[in-house]
Amino acid sequence: MNAFRYAQAHDVASALASVAGDPGATYIAGGTNVIDLMKENVERPALLVDITGLPLRGIEPTAHGVRVGALAVMSDVADHPAVARDFPAVAQALLLSASPQLRNMATIGGNLMQRTRCAYFRDASQPCNKRAAGSGCGALGGVNRRHAVIGGSEQCICTHASDLAVALLAVDAVVHVRGRAGERSIPIEHFHVLPGTTPQRETVLERGELITAVELPAAAAARNSYYLKVRDRASYEFALVSVAAALDVSAGGRIRAARVALGGVAPIPWRAHAAEAALVGKPANAQTFAAAAAAATRGMRSYGQNGFKIALTQRAVARALAHAGGAA
Amino acid sequence: MEFGKVTRRRFLWRSALPTIAVVGLDPRLSVAAQAVASISVVRAQGPEPIPVTLNVNGKPHALQLEPRVTLLDALRERLGLTGTKKGCDQGTCGACTVLADGRRVNACLTLAVMAQGKSITTIEGLASGDQLHPLQAAFIEHDGFQCGYCTPGQIMSGVALLSEKRPTDETSVREWMSGNICRCGAYPNIVAAIRATAGRSA
Repeated sequence: MNAFRYAQAHDVASALASVAGDPGATYIAGGTNVIDLMKENVERPALLVDITGLPLRGIEPTAHGVRVGALAVMSDVADHPAVARDFPAVAQALLLSASPQLRNMATIGGNLMQRTRCAYFRDASQPCNKRAAGSGCGALGGVNRRHAVIGGSEQCICTHASDLAVALLAVDAVVHVRGRAGERSIPIEHFHVLPGTTPQRETVLERGELITAVELPAAAAARNSYYLKVRDRASYEFALVSVAAALDVSAGGRIRAARVALGGVAPIPWRAHAAEAALVGKPANAQTFAAAAAAATRGMRSYGQNGFKIALTQRAVARALAHAGGAA
Repeated sequence: MEFGKVTRRRFLWRSALPTIAVVGLDPRLSVAAQAVASISVVRAQGPEPIPVTLNVNGKPHALQLEPRVTLLDALRERLGLTGTKKGCDQGTCGACTVLADGRRVNACLTLAVMAQGKSITTIEGLASGDQLHPLQAAFIEHDGFQCGYCTPGQIMSGVALLSEKRPTDETSVREWMSGNICRCGAYPNIVAAIRATAGRSA
């Protein structure tokens, strides 16, 4: 690990000023991602600004849902009764993430900012356009069983590692951020950006902008949400494919609103709009879910070793919808 | 306001660097002026060793550590508490599990400087004199290890599982212990030791 300077931030304004004005500075909270990457020499910050002293830890039920402070740790959010009751997919995604130890450390804001688990990105001796612009992508034509089947570019086919972000997509979460120019609110769907020709840029955040909270808006579909994670091991493993499904079904059995989001298949948490369109207005039954599952895979392609994810996605979407619709 | 080892020379040196937005507080300023100044800046320390106080197993330890030193290395290399093991050193194996304010964490992914102010408990802090913690005794009774390298982490994680009041059916124990890998494969006996201890304290 490189030598670095360390500073404790005692208020948001000074934290912002420190990181926004210093290209070598980065925030640290739970540290589970940045310390790991620093040990691999993938990240080499000159200054770490410790934000754990900032008052952003609360999990507060509001009139419109739940507001989760950016520094709330994953285990506290998963255990919060209002989250488990009104946003089950969020609680499930958190409990299926990482390990109990890591969930006690890692924060909600940090979870959204985590870097990819791509082995080429994490190995400083390998080519990776995200880590070293212009060095190439080792995964294209390389070992890419775990890589993206949609949303990739000629520069990068990594996958986004967050389970939480996939669940947040299915419940229309809003990310609150603060920068030197002030505060803004970003729907989670617009928070992460596709790699395109600039794979090093992963979110819409400007340098120094800090996530302050994630808002979960109460909704009927969110209350009927479900998170399904498919992986190589039964626990403590990243997703090969994951699905967050949320359904609002009328008393007559017709789907009024639907959200389908996918993990493990794209460089960003992936919202499957085509699947949602195949659901709304239809009866909540296996036939509808199968049609939506087929629509979810439209546009997916294999890069050699990862074609299995397409069929896996289709089956996982159908199963997640059956759970969310109460049929499983 | 703690000024640590920031000398006036270092303060001026830092302030003179145009690329560094972080500046120290001037000791000559009044307390009120410093309060105003602290709104817009944070004070950086390091990369040379800085004062770090760790509270481990109920005792404070004043150390000089570079900010990059992990809690795991501080425990093992500086405090001689080698019960906490270094396995993967990347948060994958759980051998370094300790309690911070009663919650299980990976010491290998924790900076020592950020563990200040927390009450750290290691495997050395579990027993009362010669009286083993019930889970330590259960690991012996149920033969919950072979080589023993993962054992301190397994026990710290198991102690936390019990205090978290997680369900203790076999499937749940396996899930809530998934952050601790045993290369020897002693899992059946580890699970048995935890379940037996849960049954005793229930």
